[in-house]
Amino acid sequence: MTTAAATPQLTADLRAPIDWKLPVVYAVLGVLTLFGFGLFGGAAGRHTVFSFSTGRDFFSVPDLTVSSWPTAVGAGIVLVMMAAAAAWLATRREKPGVWFPVVYGLLFLFAFLTWAGADTGRIPVTPLLAGALALSVPLIFGAMCGLVGERSGIINIAIEGQLLAGAFLAAVVASALRNPYAGLVAAPIAGALVAVLLTFFAIRYWVDQIIIGVVLNVLVVGLTNFLFSTVLTANPETWNARQSLPTVPIPLLADIPVIGPVFFNQTILVYLMYAAVAVIHVLLFHSRWGLRTRAIGEHPKAADTVGIRVNRSRVVNTLIAGGIAGLGGAFFTIGSGLAFGKEMSAGQGYIALAAMILGKWSPMGAVAAALLFGFARNLGNTLSTMGTPVPSDLLLMLPYIVTIFAVAGFVGRVRPPAAAGKPYGAQ
Amino acid sequence: MKLELSGITKRFGSFTANDSIDLVVTPGEIHALLGENGAGKSTLMNVLYGLYAPEEGEILIDGRAVRFSGPGDAVAAGIGMVHQHFMLVPVFTVAESVALGYEPTRGAGMMDLAEARRKVEEISARFGFSIDPDAVIEDLPVGAQQRVEIIKALSRDAEVLILDEPTAVLTPQETDELIGIMRQLKERGTSIVFITHKLREVKAIADEITVIRRGRVVGQAAPESTESELAGLMVGREVHLTTDKEAPEPGDATFSVENLTVVGGGESVLLDDVSFSVRRGEVLAIAGVDGNGQSELAEAILGLVAPRTGRIVLDGRDLGERSVKERLRAGIGFVPEDRSTDGVIAGFAIRENMILDLYDAEPYAKGLSMRPAVVRTEGEKKVEEFDIRLSSIDHPISTLSGGNQQKVVLARELGRPLRLLVASQPTRGVDVGSIEFVHRRIIAERDAGTPCVIVSTELDEVYNLADRIAVMYKGRLVGIVPPDTPRDVLGLMMAGVPEDEALARVESGEDATEISAAEEA
Repeated sequence: MTTAAATPQLTADLRAPIDWKLPVVYAVLGVLTLFGFGLFGGAAGRHTVFSFSTGRDFFSVPDLTVSSWPTAVGAGIVLVMMAAAAAWLATRREKPGVWFPVVYGLLFLFAFLTWAGADTGRIPVTPLLAGALALSVPLIFGAMCGLVGERSGIINIAIEGQLLAGAFLAAVVASALRNPYAGLVAAPIAGALVAVLLTFFAIRYWVDQIIIGVVLNVLVVGLTNFLFSTVLTANPETWNARQSLPTVPIPLLADIPVIGPVFFNQTILVYLMYAAVAVIHVLLFHSRWGLRTRAIGEHPKAADTVGIRVNRSRVVNTLIAGGIAGLGGAFFTIGSGLAFGKEMSAGQGYIALAAMILGKWSPMGAVAAALLFGFARNLGNTLSTMGTPVPSDLLLMLPYIVTIFAVAGFVGRVRPPAAAGKPYGAQ
Repeated sequence: MKLELSGITKRFGSFTANDSIDLVVTPGEIHALLGENGAGKSTLMNVLYGLYAPEEGEILIDGRAVRFSGPGDAVAAGIGMVHQHFMLVPVFTVAESVALGYEPTRGAGMMDLAEARRKVEEISARFGFSIDPDAVIEDLPVGAQQRVEIIKALSRDAEVLILDEPTAVLTPQETDELIGIMRQLKERGTSIVFITHKLREVKAIADEITVIRRGRVVGQAAPESTESELAGLMVGREVHLTTDKEAPEPGDATFSVENLTVVGGGESVLLDDVSFSVRRGEVLAIAGVDGNGQSELAEAILGLVAPRTGRIVLDGRDLGERSVKERLRAGIGFVPEDRSTDGVIAGFAIRENMILDLYDAEPYAKGLSMRPAVVRTEGEKKVEEFDIRLSSIDHPISTLSGGNQQKVVLARELGRPLRLLVASQPTRGVDVGSIEFVHRRIIAERDAGTPCVIVSTELDEVYNLADRIAVMYKGRLVGIVPPDTPRDVLGLMMAGVPEDEALARVESGEDATEISAAEEA
């Protein structure tokens, strides 16, 4: 190598402008906590009970009882101090570690629950978490689908349609065969069929992938609505009878307090989800398939020049991904013990895409994001049934507000696969 | 192995990119394929590498005809290719990049990354490359990325290595190292097909030279041929490689850049405290390897990127708060480096492209209305003046060759009174005949008293135009030197070595390149 000068040092005296975005958000939430939940929260003299127990624990974790007013005020003071610390760091152009927003978020949540539970007195922690996981199931499956697709260069907006198709076929097949497990087999097929259309138009005819995805979503909605109101409603006993996957508690693990009932007393669908996440993570980063998948999503021509068949791999990956999303759709019907209903995926496919972006296209990140969304949604549900002072409609907006903040750049610099959405080869 | 191409013809629609081309590469030979941009060299190599299927002709290896249905077949037959635009995934590590497509596995499809690393280290040691198998591609300098490409080809036992314009992105010293690597490969029996349009390099390294013009082989030449002989073959007529020009008569320094700093995403410093001034009637050429801040400098002058600090002063006025349009109206002529994305609108007619930045100004517009008749007559005058070869001024500009498109851009930018000319890569993708013309026009603009800033990565162009040469490296101005500074000194400066040190090292012979040494001899 020719000698090069060392890494360039800034010769000019210049500094990045101070980034006030996060400190301002911290400060607003801190002040809200201190005054809204604390000082003027009207919780003086009340108590909030966090209950952890369920019926079947080895030993029961005692309930945590806190005095609402001082707790919320105390948490508010700490949050305001943390906001000040973040502002001080910002003036020094530094950023706190990942632990900072996590701790901040948990503390804010704790203060909020303390305040919200002050009227009713009891926050059921375990069902709150278990429900959060359940609501995350279609999001996680959907995010895995989107991730496998985009990592191979195909943007999949049709996750929504794939979830819905999976929910539909799972319900119909399970109902017709009187066997919920048959629905579990059918669901991925429905998702993959949607993916067939997606790849056909996107790869064969270079149709814009976002447009074809949206069109497919509308198509699946129309098709399932039509079949629902004709075939399914005409003979619901045969075609749309409720079938439910039983919960299968895993011995021993299910008996661990709090964690056990949340993670290990679930249906087989949830266990399949754990497996899917683990397998995708390992394969994506440690296998030949993963290396090639990432290559065709980043630089398809480079992959082509080493003999990888770009479009064939893209088709295969998108079909597999479609199957994964279809499986996620099964959650809405057989996974929740419900009959099929019109448009029951209710936009979860789009939230799954948001989870994928928030998770920076990594399986583990997407899972964390999906869990966050699931938790926000379940919190909204739980609080609205508990009858807290906040209007339930506002609470149900929570996941979407979280989504907007999350996707609008609060996750730092994100870089999607470079070739995502770009068709490859000769038309 | 002996490689023969026989009667290769490749057409794209009605355009014949390769017309019955014959080529023989014997074992252990460095075969240069010389031709202008667009002559069909890369097409031919893409045929050889299995990326394009030829309409006619065949490929023979050791006398046997072979058919490649894709690059995989070509690689299996022992052909390796280093593309001009590297085929490397920027976010992969070196080991992953080399393994891609031929992954060592530990069963069940799981990658054996240790084996991939070992392979990189082994080849890297054999040729004395210092490449860390765990480095991420996008963090490596281009020279190192190119070596990764070579490792990639060698790891698949390539016996014929195609290097497509390998020196386009290298400093002279890096080019010298590449030539060393090519010699080493040749000694080990690897044949090399070396695609280039740079005459000096061909003379320095090639055993055999095949010249291609407009898709046809127009001749073979020996490396002993002179540069003007080779250029003549390449272009098809006598060419003047240097522009005749008078000594500059510089006036006042009417344009200056002071402490300009541009910071990109992720706080990467793109321009670092750059200061210089240009006098009237003077060409300041900005030399440097692509991607060292030249583009950002040109864009900052026009106002396309906002500097974090610093001033840009033209005729005593700070341009700081002015919009791009105001700057153009203040008399800045701007030739962008990427003609197809920033210079012309492909679907617009030629006459429309000539007034892209003047469409609402006199005489092309009056009040709210445009004046199509004036646009046409003025356009036709410029076609005449700038010698643009076209069939109709109403045709889309995409129907013109690169050289003629560039003349349209020049006609637009030079066709009005200028106070400053900024031209980036003014002859990139332009045929040799048009290069002469473009250079003459730039010198004419200089002689008319306009300060000119010319950004170029081609040292020949820099020497041809410059009255002073500024060298950039990693966003900094390494130094401003006179136009007679030796090439090797510029080369070292382009790698960040300060002027004094570079001069000393070249004079002591320590860092003089082989090519220069050969020329002096």
